[in-house]
Amino acid sequence: MSRTIITVVGKDTVGIIAKVCTFLAEHKVNILDISQTIVQDYFNMMMIVDMTDMEKPFEQAAAELAELGKGMGVQVKCQREEIFDMMHRI
Amino acid sequence: MINISEVIETNKMIEQENLDVRTITMGINLLDCADGNLDVLCRKIYDKILRLAKDLVRTGEDISKEYGIPIVNKRIAVTPIALVGGAACQTPDDYVQIARTLDRVAREVGVNFLGGYSAIVSKGMSRSDELLIRSIPRALAETDFICSSVNVGSTKTGINMDAVKLMGEIIKETAELTQERMSLGCAKLVVLCNAPDDNPFMAGAFHGVSEADAVVSVGVSGPGVVKYALEQVRGASFEVLCETIKRTAFKITRVGQLVAKEASCRLGVPFGIIDLSLAPTPAVGDSVAEILQEIGLEYAGAPGTTAALALLNDQVKKGGIMASSYVGGLSGAFIPVSEDQAMIDAVEAGALTLEKLEAMTCVCSVGLDMIAIPGSTSAATVAGIIADEAAIGMINQKTTAVRIIPAVGKEVGDRVEFGGLLGYAPIMPVNPYSCEAFVGRGGRIPAPVHSFKN
Repeated sequence: MSRTIITVVGKDTVGIIAKVCTFLAEHKVNILDISQTIVQDYFNMMMIVDMTDMEKPFEQAAAELAELGKGMGVQVKCQREEIFDMMHRI
Repeated sequence: MINISEVIETNKMIEQENLDVRTITMGINLLDCADGNLDVLCRKIYDKILRLAKDLVRTGEDISKEYGIPIVNKRIAVTPIALVGGAACQTPDDYVQIARTLDRVAREVGVNFLGGYSAIVSKGMSRSDELLIRSIPRALAETDFICSSVNVGSTKTGINMDAVKLMGEIIKETAELTQERMSLGCAKLVVLCNAPDDNPFMAGAFHGVSEADAVVSVGVSGPGVVKYALEQVRGASFEVLCETIKRTAFKITRVGQLVAKEASCRLGVPFGIIDLSLAPTPAVGDSVAEILQEIGLEYAGAPGTTAALALLNDQVKKGGIMASSYVGGLSGAFIPVSEDQAMIDAVEAGALTLEKLEAMTCVCSVGLDMIAIPGSTSAATVAGIIADEAAIGMINQKTTAVRIIPAVGKEVGDRVEFGGLLGYAPIMPVNPYSCEAFVGRGGRIPAPVHSFKN
C-alpha cells in the first residue's frame, strides 16, 4: 500500500473538503483518515490516503490537487507518508 | 498512525524554518578510465560519468516532489584527478583538458557542482600531483562547475610543507586569474588536512580510493530548524539546551536518511553515508551564527563562542548518529563567513576576527571557510594560514580546511559579492607580520606523537 498524506492549509471557506474528496473519489484514491484543526486562525486539514489504485502518476495528481487548492485560496500538498514516519517514529 | 500535529511540525520546518536536504552527491570511481592517451582518457571519463549520473538530477527532483522536501543541490564527486590523469598528462595544460571534459559532462547531466579535481599529497607530491596542482588556477578560471581540493596533511603523515607553500601561491594565482569575477575561483578551491574520502559537500568533495565504484551520499542541513527549537527553550539549563539540539538533529537526519535510501534504490547505486552538517545559507533564519546567538551570545565571536560551538557540534552528532546507520563526511557545524548572514554581521560589527575563527575551527567542522582577505596578502602569509589550520587538524585528529579568498584589488573595508549560495564577504584584516622564512624552509612537519596528550 502506498500511503500519502494530503494537507490543506489556508483560510476556511465552504466546500474545501468536498472538492478535495470529490477529486480523490474520481481518481480511485481511498481516504483512510481525516483530521482537522485550526492553527493561528488557519484551517489545517490532514488526510491519510491510499493511492494504490490511482491511475495517474503521483506527480501529476499532486500538481492537480495543488491547482485545485489554488482555486479555493488554500495550499494543498501531497507527500508520501514515509517522511513523517521517519521523522516522528523510531 | 501519524497525527496532524506531527504533520504540521514537519511542514513548518520545511516551509518556515528552511529545512532542506542540502545535497545528494554521487561519488564515481574514475580509476578504470585511466589511459596513456589523453583524448581516450577524456572520452572514457565523459562516458562513465554520463552513464552513471544521467538520472541523478531527475531522481533528486522526483524525490523532492514526492516527499515535499527541497533537495537543493545535486552533485558529483570523482576520484582525485591527479590519480586518474597520471599516465596521460605531461603538462598542467593536459590536466586543464580533463577539467574542461568534467565541466562539459557536469553541464550535460545538469548537476550544480562536480568535485574531485584534487590531489592527495599529505606526505609527498608525485609528479602528476604537482602538475595537477599547478593546473588548478587555469582549470578553475576556464570552467563553471569544477571544484578543486588538495589534502596537504594528516594525523598519520604530518604536514607536507612544500605543498602548503605551493598552495599559498596557487590560491593567489587563482584569485588573479578570476579577478574579474571577484576572485570566485578561490571559492571553489579548498586546502584540507585529514580530508575524508566520502564528503558530499563542496568544495572538498572527492570520491576516495577506499570507496566502491559508485555511491550516493547525502548532506543534510537545517540550522533554521535548530534555531527555532532553541527559541522555545530560552533561558533553560544546558541539559535542556543539549537535549533540544539532539532531538532536532535526529529529526533532520532522519529526513536525510530517507532521501539517501530512496535515491540509492532508484539510481541502483549503493548508499554511502549521511553527512550530519549544519550548513548555513545567506538566507535569514538559515544561519549557524544565529544558533550561537540563540544559545546566548550577542554576536558570534563573543567570549564563549568556542564553547557554544563545541556544544552545538557535539549535540548535532549525538542526535544524528542515532538517526542514520552510516554517518560520515564532515559531520558538524559549518562556519563559513560569506554564506552566513549573521557571521557577516559579526565580522562587520568587529566581533569576529580571523584569530577567533581559527579557535572555533578547533571544535567544529571544517575550518576557515569562505573568508575574504586583502588581495595584497602575500602567498607566504596565505601558506602560513593554511599551515596553522592543518596543524589544528593534524594534532586534534580532525578534518580542517582553508577556503580563503585573497580578493584582488580589495582592502579591509571593502566587500566581495559572489551571489547565490556563496553570498558576500567583508574583507577581513590579516596579521601583517611575515612567516616567509618559516614557510620557505622546505620539507614536511613530522607526524605527531599519539600519546602524552595534553
